Amino acid sequence: MSSTTETGAPAPVPDKRPGLLYRAWNFLLELIDVLIRPSSIFGLGVLVLAGFVAGIIFWGGFNTALELTNTEKFCTSCHEMRDNVFDELKSTVHFTNRSGVRASCPDCHVPHNWTDKIARKMQASKEVWGHLFGSINTREKFTDHRLELAEHEWARFKANDSLECRNCHSAQSMDITKQSPRAADAHQRFLFTGEKTCIDCHKGIAHHLPDMRGVPGWQ
Amino acid sequence: MMMWLAAMLAAGSSALLAETVSSGLRGPTPLNEEGPAPPMLPNKNTADREVRNYPEQPPVIPHTIDNYQIDLNSNKCLSCHARARIAESQAPMISITHFMDREGQFLAFVSPRRYFCTECHVPQNAANPPVGNDFVDIDSMLSREKPGSHR
Repeated sequence: MSSTTETGAPAPVPDKRPGLLYRAWNFLLELIDVLIRPSSIFGLGVLVLAGFVAGIIFWGGFNTALELTNTEKFCTSCHEMRDNVFDELKSTVHFTNRSGVRASCPDCHVPHNWTDKIARKMQASKEVWGHLFGSINTREKFTDHRLELAEHEWARFKANDSLECRNCHSAQSMDITKQSPRAADAHQRFLFTGEKTCIDCHKGIAHHLPDMRGVPGWQ
Repeated sequence: MMMWLAAMLAAGSSALLAETVSSGLRGPTPLNEEGPAPPMLPNKNTADREVRNYPEQPPVIPHTIDNYQIDLNSNKCLSCHARARIAESQAPMISITHFMDREGQFLAFVSPRRYFCTECHVPQNAANPPVGNDFVDIDSMLSREKPGSHR
């Protein structure tokens, strides 16, 4: 019914809380202390955050710039490409066809896998050099170098088992009953057995051929 | 005399103008206009040989040859039909006559005058010929003879 306070000793008086102003002053002092002498935790945090943001910006910027060099527009911005190889591509099935799917320059000439792509892009610095110093800046110079240039690409396709062809054309999804008898027969005998790779037979499908004397399989 | 000739010429030309020229080949399209091109037909695409209508006929191409490059740099046809290539391709070899020069001497490789395949060999499609043809091959002609007569 009744509380102890009425009968026994009086309850202990709680410590008086410091005033609001005092607490605010203390907090301010602490804050200034932290700000002028920040702990190592804060330094690490700022470093990680800034690094993260800078990483996004620089990596994104790098990749965007890289992808800009991976477009048909970029490739054909120099006349060596536009007047020679791109012009030849235009009459082929990889440029216009019934279903409207186009394979443009980088689809066949730049590996899609990242590490291979970077390796190819580094090699391409030689092509920038060639452009700047005009190694194939006339039609005559281009046709003189045509075999050498083609051989580089054939060697690359041969080495990676025609990977850039297979990015779109896979042997697994190939329905040979929809092919002409000639194609079905050749694919069964050489492609499915792994005896040959795409580029062994399909040379010159997107660009004109150089002088083929001495190239295996040609006359 | 001159007057008469001029009158005749005028009459003739006006008669020509009045008449609509219509031929089986160009249809009703006026002479000074170009009619619409007929749709292109897909070419036959098989590996089957076709019969020749006469022994000297260049065999026709039973498959498509779209974008096959035949020029001084390369000959796509020969990458299957050349002598050294037929084991792999199983295609018929170009005939021995292609190795002969015009004096009948055999060369090591295709004679330059026989190099450009499509000068004689052509792919096939099922187009309606605009001009009729009543060619009869020699076997059919001979079989019309009375039985027992000399061939």
